[in-house]
Amino acid sequence: MFEKIWSAHMVADLGDAGSLLHVDRHFLHDLVAGPALTTLAAKGRTVRNPELTFATADHGITSRTDRPFGLDAPALNLLATMRAETAKAGIRLFDLGDPSQGIAHVIGPELGLTLPGMTVVCGDSHTCTHGGLGALAFGIGTSEVVHVLATQTIRQRRPKTMLIRFDNLPRPQVTAKDLILHAIAHLGSRAGQGHAIEFGGSAVRAMSIEARLSLCNLSIEMGSKIGMISPDQITLDYVAGRPFAPTGIELQRARLKWEELATDAQAEFDRYCSFDASKIGPQVSWGTSPEDSINVDGLIPDPDLEPNAERRQRLVEALNYMALKPCTPLIGVPIDWAFIGSCANGRLEDLRAAADIARGRRVAPGVRAWVVPGSDQVRRSAEAEGLHKVFLEAGFDWRKPGCSLCFGSNNEKLLPGERSISTSNRNFIGRQGIGARTHLASPATTAASAIMGHIADARALPGSA
Amino acid sequence: MKPVAVIRGPAAPLLTPNMDTEVIVRVVRLMEFQKGELGHYLFEPLRYFEDGRENPAFVLNQHGFRHSTILLAGDNFGCGSSREGAVWALQDFGIQCVIAPSFADIFFANSLQNGLLPIVLDPIQIGEIALQSVAGAVPTSVDLRRGVVELPSGKTFGFSLRADSRERLLSGMEEIDETLCLELDIAAYQERIRQAEPWIFCRTDVQS
Repeated sequence: MFEKIWSAHMVADLGDAGSLLHVDRHFLHDLVAGPALTTLAAKGRTVRNPELTFATADHGITSRTDRPFGLDAPALNLLATMRAETAKAGIRLFDLGDPSQGIAHVIGPELGLTLPGMTVVCGDSHTCTHGGLGALAFGIGTSEVVHVLATQTIRQRRPKTMLIRFDNLPRPQVTAKDLILHAIAHLGSRAGQGHAIEFGGSAVRAMSIEARLSLCNLSIEMGSKIGMISPDQITLDYVAGRPFAPTGIELQRARLKWEELATDAQAEFDRYCSFDASKIGPQVSWGTSPEDSINVDGLIPDPDLEPNAERRQRLVEALNYMALKPCTPLIGVPIDWAFIGSCANGRLEDLRAAADIARGRRVAPGVRAWVVPGSDQVRRSAEAEGLHKVFLEAGFDWRKPGCSLCFGSNNEKLLPGERSISTSNRNFIGRQGIGARTHLASPATTAASAIMGHIADARALPGSA
Repeated sequence: MKPVAVIRGPAAPLLTPNMDTEVIVRVVRLMEFQKGELGHYLFEPLRYFEDGRENPAFVLNQHGFRHSTILLAGDNFGCGSSREGAVWALQDFGIQCVIAPSFADIFFANSLQNGLLPIVLDPIQIGEIALQSVAGAVPTSVDLRRGVVELPSGKTFGFSLRADSRERLLSGMEEIDETLCLELDIAAYQERIRQAEPWIFCRTDVQS
């Protein structure tokens, strides 16, 4: 699949410098849109294909329900520039209040803007998410954003390829998030450097598209800017009927093309890894890198067992930062916050999984628990199912879509020393606020921990079947 | 982009692996400040205490390294987000070259776009540069034309960079200008897909 999409998008062969690839979809967000469009104008250039470029407000905005109240000065400033510059360039903007607004990596697939076989870029490293639909999608920096705006192409060297298989069906309460965190812990956070990852195996084939998007979302946490899954019937069914997806005869033609994209049985990869999904438990991170993830019922590792000196030092520093002790259980570590949302786990199925845990229970005293839908469409669908009532009755905050607590934007952050369990994708030092301690987990594990007031196993919740 | 050729100066060792872009520069700083204003916020969570005081244990706060031009780093440097601000913050501080055993892909690309020289060396070699750099007053020097790092002792380590990346850094030329010369190819490509895959050029005014 990777080779087919790569070759189909080659505009020019640049020899040693790689390939000039056509970009089918370019997503802009509030942090990048204004600065990049302003830089482009300063170079005396215009947007080559505004009709292939879509902008959304997600990063810097508040998730308050009464927004636009509560937007801080930097966010307002970035929003104002994005509005002015996208209007000038003729780029469709999904602004605050637009029913299509949401996190770029949630709305792209949801609106049918991202389709199988496309090349998709965005000035955000979690663009790999879109690979769940069989698109070749990757994050780029601001200079590359300007390049894409001016030329609708990008210069890239062909990465190596890596196949990661998850076979057999996972056990109850083990989700795509758990599988990928386990793989990162096992292979390390740089294993995918210079590689495009394809995920396969029976567990992946059985996954819904939303789960596949979550799986691909964390490819970058393994060092690979590209993660993708070969399209199949589940993909085609998902795409049909989406607002921007083709219809009628055009959809028939598209389906024929997409069916040809599927990875050939004899396809070869530069590297192979495989996991037995049925042997993986719910994962929670204990440290300051996603690779510091263990089974929720496991023990925090002992740095003394790490032979490499620099790695050992990193583990010691991570334990210090997280205020945890080696060889102690994660279950029972008290939390101040629980965050359900983000481009990793802010979709309808994620909210359903969390609501299943929250239903009829109460968030523990002293815990602030937030649910931030990934898009306004997700919010409306969840409300139509009554999920917001489940959360509100349980003591969760039900908020407006955006990136929010994932990286502590617009003052939605933890205070120094506070500890969260979070369905986001990064537990880096200071990610959720200076001195904040983040534990990554699935929506179910996060909801269960919010109820218990400490890191908890969703399978062992009192009152669960 | 400013051309790169020879870089001389103190080489600060910061060898922790997986140094992510959030630690290099916090995203909130990129919302508050622009390229050119970020030097003070480089490595903010490590460089300062929570009350804003400098952490004297952090290498860039130590005598001899306050004006470092070279950073010696650990494996997977620049992992995490795609923020180009990480490169700008390093440059705004005065760092012109980062030497590491490996770099995150997006950070590496962003470095080349801005003329921050990323050099891959073996961890043992980096350890040797670090030892000499900490011990002496003689600066380390990097020569992109010759492809060598010269240690304070005079010993040299060779490094390689893809020819096109090297040329671009030496000339300071930007990719965008070269790509614009390929406009005919881009137009021809788009003409082809408009026929073969018209759904890529979808209507943009659809309401959901």
